[in-house]
Amino acid sequence: MSQDSNIILAANHLVKTYTQSSGRFGLGSNQIKALDDVSIALKAGSTLAVVGESGSGKSTLARCLLQLHPFDSGEVLFEGVDLAKLDKNALREKRKHLQMVFQDPFASLNPRMKVGEIVGEGLLIHGLGNKAEQQAQVMSMLKRVGLTEADALKYPHQFSGGQRQRIGIARALVLKPKVVVCDEPVSALDVSVQAQILLLLKELQAEMNLSYVFISHDLRVVRHIADEIVVMNAGKIVEQGRVVDVYNAPQQPYTQQLLSAIPGRKAA
Amino acid sequence: MTEILKINNLNITPKNALNRLLVSNVSFQLSAGKTTCIVGESGSGKSLTALSVMGLLSSQLQATGSINFQGQDVTKLDNKALQSIRGAKIGMIFQEPMTSLNPVLTVGYQIGESLTAHLGLKNAALKTKVAALLTQVGIPPERANSYPDELSGGQRQRVMIAMSIACEPLLLIADEPTTALDVTVQAQILKLLDELKTRMNMAMLFITHDFGVVADIADDVIVMFRGEIVETGSRKEVLTNPQHPYTKALLACVPDAEGKKQLKPITYDWLDENQPKQDKVAA
Repeated sequence: MSQDSNIILAANHLVKTYTQSSGRFGLGSNQIKALDDVSIALKAGSTLAVVGESGSGKSTLARCLLQLHPFDSGEVLFEGVDLAKLDKNALREKRKHLQMVFQDPFASLNPRMKVGEIVGEGLLIHGLGNKAEQQAQVMSMLKRVGLTEADALKYPHQFSGGQRQRIGIARALVLKPKVVVCDEPVSALDVSVQAQILLLLKELQAEMNLSYVFISHDLRVVRHIADEIVVMNAGKIVEQGRVVDVYNAPQQPYTQQLLSAIPGRKAA
Repeated sequence: MTEILKINNLNITPKNALNRLLVSNVSFQLSAGKTTCIVGESGSGKSLTALSVMGLLSSQLQATGSINFQGQDVTKLDNKALQSIRGAKIGMIFQEPMTSLNPVLTVGYQIGESLTAHLGLKNAALKTKVAALLTQVGIPPERANSYPDELSGGQRQRVMIAMSIACEPLLLIADEPTTALDVTVQAQILKLLDELKTRMNMAMLFITHDFGVVADIADDVIVMFRGEIVETGSRKEVLTNPQHPYTKALLACVPDAEGKKQLKPITYDWLDENQPKQDKVAA
């Protein structure tokens, strides 16, 4: 599927099964297919949205793409290289280019580390540049996402939700990645802050030529940020295509149902 | 139209900093059979306003002004009097159904609690009423024996709704009841609340930050910003012809489903420079 050189990240036929204990005292077990033959392709410089409801497998997909979760079968190709076949060091090398922005800016930042350390940790781990260079990069990244140099010395709890999400974005982008997987990056934020973060993500995409996988349950947000969309339900891809096409003419009943449930559609 | 609740000049301040207004000079009234939405960002004072109606403010906070519910000023009532109102005449639904339900009690028991406390229902009569309530909110009555963790998020919120309407309250306060839910479930819950409101002729005070939800459910809209009401009006007036710059700004950052709108984050240039901004948002 992804011989196209324009495809920067592709997943082919991913399958991931969880075993869930069930019944009294958890003695029984259930197999849950979180991903059931899922294939996606992300074009370089574009945004691919993965939408679906709780339990649809969208976050599992995000984690499998970054090799944070092992999967049962299938492959994830980054610039044509199968990530699962790489050894630890080679994978770490690739990870520089594959970063993630998490949903909950409260839970995903270490409360005991200063913001400067959080943002600079990736540079440290990957051994990029000397101390002064790292420091300079952290500062310029913080400024780019709308924070100040003085913020580097503060702790996460001193920031608001929107500012913390900016820290999360700075942490992901300081390594100059090619692909950023954003797992519900704005769903914990107020609508005004959400707009700021969405615009910031768009600007950064243009500046740094980033490709985004954007996981979301909010179809209004997706309409604004994504070029292509994948609709998931119960571990399967229900529909995929260009955002314009899917929103204007959804083919599958499930997609139609999702779109008609967007609040405020009738009145708009 | 029957007036259910009238709030006059409500101010909420921390007890240790009486000059810091968290909610300032808020006045509005609610009528039977009408849904009023309070819209605002985090820290705008929308939840504090709702909590003060129930007399549920933290002991660190102090409310002044009057909250007139059925001829009584809620701010002046003692705990015992408040208890006879809460759950009986005013129902409340919160954002997180999982944290509002007790995990070790069956949902049937939890729905029954307020029926026993306020109406004295017991045994068979109680069971019948609980079953009827579950049916009313769209849950099979045999689920009365289930524990909260055996239900989905949407079902839990339905249980919360069954609890809040059990004693047929005059006023239902819903504090972001659909924020934690999936979009299709949200649509179902909004529809359910709207039907119940009409059927029981309740006044509903609905707190949200989502203008999409407002468009679906509100009759009247109150926009709050930094503890103050900046705009009130009917749904149509506020959504199609907003007057206050903050309302306009807030509407401009809601993404639309058609993707036609250019998103604009809020800038606060219009704010009076002399206003003590930082102090007010800090809460």
